[in-house]
Amino acid sequence: MACNGTGCESGCYKDSTGDEVEKSSTEKLNGDVNGDGNHHRHQTTCLKCKAAEATIFTGGEGGSRFCADCFRSNLYGKFKLAVTSHAMISPTDKVLMAFSGGPSSRVALQFVSEMQLKSQKNFDATAIRDRSLPVFGVGVAFIDETEIHPITCTDFNKAIEDIKEIVSNLSPPKKELHIIPIRNIYSTKTSDGSETLKNLINTVSDATGKEDLLSHLRMLSLQKIAIENGYTKLVLGSCTSRIACHVLAATVKGQGYSLAADIQYADARWEIPVVLPLRDCLIQELNILCSLDSLKIVEEFKDSRGGINGLVSSFVKLLQEENPSRECTIVRTAGKLTPFPFNKIPDINTDGDDVHLASQRRHKKFNLKPIESLPPDSFCPICNSPIRDFQSVTSFTNSQTTPALFGAACCSSCQYQILPEELSSMEEFYSFLPQSIIARARNGNQKWIREKIQDCLILDDEDEV
Amino acid sequence: MDGTHGGEKTKSRLCSICNQRRPALKRPKTLQQICRECFYVVFEEEIHSVIVNNKLFKPGERIAIGASGGKDSTVLAYVMSELNRRHNYGLDLFLLSVDEGITGYRDDSLETVKRNEIQYGLPLKVVSYKDLYGWTMDEIVKMIGLKNNCTFCGVFRRQALDRGAALLKVDKLVTGHNADDIAETVLLNILRGDIARLSRCTSIITGEDGPIPRCKPFKYTYEKEIKLDYFSTECIYSPNAYRGFAREFIKDLERIRPRAILDIIKSGEDFRIATSTKMPEQGTCQRCGYISSQKWCKACVLLEGLNRGLPKLGIGRTRGVNRNDDQHNDAKNIQSKPCGSLDF
Repeated sequence: MACNGTGCESGCYKDSTGDEVEKSSTEKLNGDVNGDGNHHRHQTTCLKCKAAEATIFTGGEGGSRFCADCFRSNLYGKFKLAVTSHAMISPTDKVLMAFSGGPSSRVALQFVSEMQLKSQKNFDATAIRDRSLPVFGVGVAFIDETEIHPITCTDFNKAIEDIKEIVSNLSPPKKELHIIPIRNIYSTKTSDGSETLKNLINTVSDATGKEDLLSHLRMLSLQKIAIENGYTKLVLGSCTSRIACHVLAATVKGQGYSLAADIQYADARWEIPVVLPLRDCLIQELNILCSLDSLKIVEEFKDSRGGINGLVSSFVKLLQEENPSRECTIVRTAGKLTPFPFNKIPDINTDGDDVHLASQRRHKKFNLKPIESLPPDSFCPICNSPIRDFQSVTSFTNSQTTPALFGAACCSSCQYQILPEELSSMEEFYSFLPQSIIARARNGNQKWIREKIQDCLILDDEDEV
Repeated sequence: MDGTHGGEKTKSRLCSICNQRRPALKRPKTLQQICRECFYVVFEEEIHSVIVNNKLFKPGERIAIGASGGKDSTVLAYVMSELNRRHNYGLDLFLLSVDEGITGYRDDSLETVKRNEIQYGLPLKVVSYKDLYGWTMDEIVKMIGLKNNCTFCGVFRRQALDRGAALLKVDKLVTGHNADDIAETVLLNILRGDIARLSRCTSIITGEDGPIPRCKPFKYTYEKEIKLDYFSTECIYSPNAYRGFAREFIKDLERIRPRAILDIIKSGEDFRIATSTKMPEQGTCQRCGYISSQKWCKACVLLEGLNRGLPKLGIGRTRGVNRNDDQHNDAKNIQSKPCGSLDF
């Protein structure tokens, strides 16, 4: 996590507040919980600037106190540190921001567009000189899941209007907005994606399995939008609190092996790499920022989590109330698990062009130790989790996939909570799956398998070295 | 044993295993409806296969059964002696109890252990805090109050078991930790960020490098089933027992998905933890010779505090010594954490 980070010194568009905040504030966030007692003297002044009156208290008892400005710059600082230190966004990127309407992705959207604006100003200021960096592009995607979670037409229209308004009110440059129904994961040829999708979800009997399947389909949908529109990164608003819940939920579902893949800053196992710039921000902080800056939130699509996920959420909430640093500790523990080789943004090997060199020079990639772990043997076709179990690896040599073979290729967690037990319903389930998932079972995660062998391939220019 | 799925609905009104008798209970682990006879058979055979598959014992070994008088260890004593006889393990079994010196609690449960001694014909050894340390828990509580007394008890018990096992000259110590206990420990280690303990808390045998290895034949056995075995009519929730958040959470999970307990253990086994994450080097205590990573073992530090009238000594995180090297020395950090009674 950013806790050990020193101030970000990436060269572009320096603003005096944003950069220095990280160190001191994270110290406070984590250190004060032990009740050091050093800060009890100035109970009401901001811990950062030590001048203005603190109006914002984060992390409950023993947490930090900030004035509004310092709070804002501290939070933005955490975001920026995550982005720069993990090379999440480079100038040549076109990033797709997944927006659900909730506070986390709302703040992520805000921060990404702030960053884009700064980069634009930077570009304008240095445009005359050579090596100026292009400004990364931003698009916004909203996945409409009303087919699965129906809401009234008025609510829906209002929510869509709100989303359009939010996106159009963001700072320039203008961002493209994609509002896509989740049924679009079915190829356009299949006329009734909506029915097939409903049938698919209905064949799953476990409540938690339904929820998880829907979230896997959501990712599929986001990936599809990104691929079709030429985006190079997918930004999710997952915050510390959300990730802490995922850590426990995955543990409870027996996904201990693959857990490390899901909780890193970057996840390049997908066709379009996924990044989590808000990994170090608590939901409490994001909520405060939303109300502080009156960031509009779209409440209509708020999902209520049930089953195992719901239990885990309320458990984590309880723990967080009892100890305000608990969510951080959970994510930090899980962060110590060995990540997978795909948990970093792959170096772009664009024939040594100036832009890439310049962006590399300006990106400070610290904490980026090479990940020396073996890639997994296969990926679950449903949830794309890495699988270690040799027995479950089934090869589809003649590119034929049957429901039984498909089931065998899934991870044990999906087998239990998503796949129907009886053969007849399994066949039904299989027939409702979108083609992309079946292709994943047939071909494996091709992107990663290609990368896995890349080290062994001799490139033309390597001969001379 | 993992082959059975939870949530299955039995169509017939007969036991889903023997298909002959009427089912008498719903197996907590699998929700199968089975008869009493079949329950005993599957329950005991599951433990037998855990013992065999994990090669827990070798013929001729002397084994101490950690017996608290509680349900887990009572069932353990029964199952161990039964399986030893039935499957000719060739083990010499002993009961080993620790008398913490808690009036009204331990003296009662020691009676249970003494009954087990007669019932299963297993020799019993009782080691007491009073004999080993010169203090009973009653006396310790009188001195330090109710806060932190679990630290003393936990540290002392761990060592007392090892000392008792050494007196009995046994090769291994088996404890009644069940699947719920292990799942709880996995969660707690995540919650408190203890990656080193997280990496080894699911091992069925621990302390193989130490003087006496410990193993947990009930690693995959549900607490509910242990209780069912003997006390099927009794309420499974003892009203006064303290249950932490984590325990409550596990019970909630079990209610909607019985398999969750085993899944947590599976996760704990599968976590990708770098082999370089090691526990601190073990040495021996300069005072009593017990294994210790520091100059004095935890028990000696606590005891010194008691004897000098400074009961706070050794409780909580050590400040000052480690304060400056926190970032550089993770191992030190781990050492200074109180083990508590959850450590096994």
